[in-house]
Amino acid sequence: MKAVIHPNTKRLFMAQVTNQMRGNTHFSGSDRVIASLLVLFLFVLPCFAQQDWIRTGTGLGVEKIRLAVPDFKSSNQDPKNADLLKAFNDTLWNDLDNAGIFDLVSKSFNPLEVPGQPTEVKFEVWSAPPPNASMLAFGNLGVSGNTVMVQGWLYDVKNVTSPQVLGKQYTDAATTDAARLIAHKFADEIIFRLGGGVQGIAESSIYFVSDRSGHKEIWAMDYDGSNQHAITHLGSISLSPRISPDGSRLAFSSLTRTSWEIMMYSLELGRMITFPHFGGTNLSPAWAPDGTRLAFSSSRTGTSEIYMVDASGGSLKRLTTAKGPDVSPTWNRKTGAQLAFVSGRTGLPQIYTMEADGTNVQRMTDQGYAVSPSWAPNGQFLTFSWMRKYGPGAPGSNDIYLMDIASKQWVQLTHDGGRNDYPSWSPDGRHIVFQSSRSGSEQIWTMLADGTKVQQLTFTGHNTQPNWSWK
Amino acid sequence: MKLQKMKWITLVFALGAILMLGACKKKVAPPPPPAPPPPPAPTASLSANPNSVQKGQPTTLSWQTTNATDVSIDGIGAVQPSGSQQVTPADSTTYHLTAKGAGGTQEATARVTVGPPPPAQTTGPSATEEELFSQSVKDIYFDYDKADIRADQQSALQGDAQFLGQHSSIRITVEGHCDERGSTEYNLALGTSRAEAVKSALTQAGIAADRVKTISYGKEKPFCNEHTEECWQQNRRAHFVYQK
Repeated sequence: MKAVIHPNTKRLFMAQVTNQMRGNTHFSGSDRVIASLLVLFLFVLPCFAQQDWIRTGTGLGVEKIRLAVPDFKSSNQDPKNADLLKAFNDTLWNDLDNAGIFDLVSKSFNPLEVPGQPTEVKFEVWSAPPPNASMLAFGNLGVSGNTVMVQGWLYDVKNVTSPQVLGKQYTDAATTDAARLIAHKFADEIIFRLGGGVQGIAESSIYFVSDRSGHKEIWAMDYDGSNQHAITHLGSISLSPRISPDGSRLAFSSLTRTSWEIMMYSLELGRMITFPHFGGTNLSPAWAPDGTRLAFSSSRTGTSEIYMVDASGGSLKRLTTAKGPDVSPTWNRKTGAQLAFVSGRTGLPQIYTMEADGTNVQRMTDQGYAVSPSWAPNGQFLTFSWMRKYGPGAPGSNDIYLMDIASKQWVQLTHDGGRNDYPSWSPDGRHIVFQSSRSGSEQIWTMLADGTKVQQLTFTGHNTQPNWSWK
Repeated sequence: MKLQKMKWITLVFALGAILMLGACKKKVAPPPPPAPPPPPAPTASLSANPNSVQKGQPTTLSWQTTNATDVSIDGIGAVQPSGSQQVTPADSTTYHLTAKGAGGTQEATARVTVGPPPPAQTTGPSATEEELFSQSVKDIYFDYDKADIRADQQSALQGDAQFLGQHSSIRITVEGHCDERGSTEYNLALGTSRAEAVKSALTQAGIAADRVKTISYGKEKPFCNEHTEECWQQNRRAHFVYQK
């Protein structure tokens, strides 16, 4: 008897089982031992060869909250309700699904009568199977004139006497954009309440480089890929957008007539603001977490080194002196006291860390081609792009890795092919946005920080170098 | 009794099968018996730079192979697996490289076109300095992830320095370029290093530093868009631009 069973023989076994069930069976002691061994053998063995890599990460094994999110209902008869409800319901569902902390009840498990008001909630229907929900988010939406009003509640359906966790009312202009924004806000409230007090990211933005206008310009989009729009119209090559911690200014690098310079765009004023030119190749600006300083790479003295300036470009200070290019600084977002950066001082580029005054340089990666570090909001992790085995004939793939800084232990997060580069952390530390060529062209994707729930956000042109807002 | 026992054993197998099928999320067919991996096939590329010369002028052959134990070029003989060599063909020639390895044989060719020597007086009053510049100054090529001047590029660089020494009014920009591999930001820094390395060599050869500007284009403005080593080599260069 072979332990290997092909799926197409399953039917045969089912038939045998059915026949056996009809007859009387008799168990003796020795038969029982053989049976146990046999079952163990059949059960365990074929499972070994199945996964070609092991899933590891943070927050694994934590039980997810089972949350039911029936579609919100119309609160009146306005004909504009349908469009806004669709935008609202889709956005709310996606936000809660993306959060990675909920086990959402499939809408097909919902009862036929879903509530739009607290008085319509039937607790026992939601807390029992098939929904088997712990929490229920529900509410209603209604347009009247030029405004839309949304009422939303979050109920603990297993706590019948005092079920309300959250009750919110929102009023805004009656547009689909506003309906999406309200959904983001309500989703963030739910995530904040149920996600251990960590702010949600549904209202955050992602800045990136896109060539869809014919030039590489800086673009922005909502965290879920909606609302994609150009920020700059410089007609040159603009790269490496980095949003300031307060979200008011965007630093990036752009090709002028004679060199690459750090540029500054004010999102409050809606225009470029002056920032000094340093000469040479000036690249990869990085905001300190308090927003008072910027680190960047400059070749103003001939070799590319890491420099620091204040937020208006003054008080220039050089931090690195090694031969070989130093680029792509990123700050420790928790302390603001350390920087990680990329250096080619020993040959192929590697990731290094140093104090913000340039002392105590530590090499983090030991081989290959490692670039594009991003420091996690909790201060403990770096994520970066690494081709671990690099060189002629080496079967290297370019993947996103996560490294624990204290131990230098690392985990590979992407496994799905293509060149994966420019990871950037979400404000809640639960998600990473990155660029990947896995679909055939460079596009922007997100994933949870354990590598799961991978989603493509851009589809038009080439889209690169994503940078997630700080809040 | 015997019949019952037979029935019972069949039942156990059947139950086991069901458990197994139910227990594993991902069902895979058993792996085929491991076949010995075939030796990897060799790869080879050969290029000539420039691929068009005037009679009596040298050109540089560059080649790269992998998985090859025996590499030869017709007319030159056995060579290293990867390298470059200057040749001065008398007539237009197609160089033919053969790379043999355990996994088979791979061939590559590069054509060098030899034109008639220039007329004795191309440097007459009709030729502008800019025309002379574009005829005489040669771009400098680099190895992967490197910014130091390769041995086979020294003569081109000396020629460039000599020309600039003789035409002291010419100002230039040296553009640093990289191939498509690797990160955008790191390649811009690497392109800066390449342009600066050329500028440094020119100033050491006596060219005033204020005549030479540098700029990096990283991998933003490639000369060639194919994903081959030959194309990548074309893109790993310092390109000279005449400043009006």
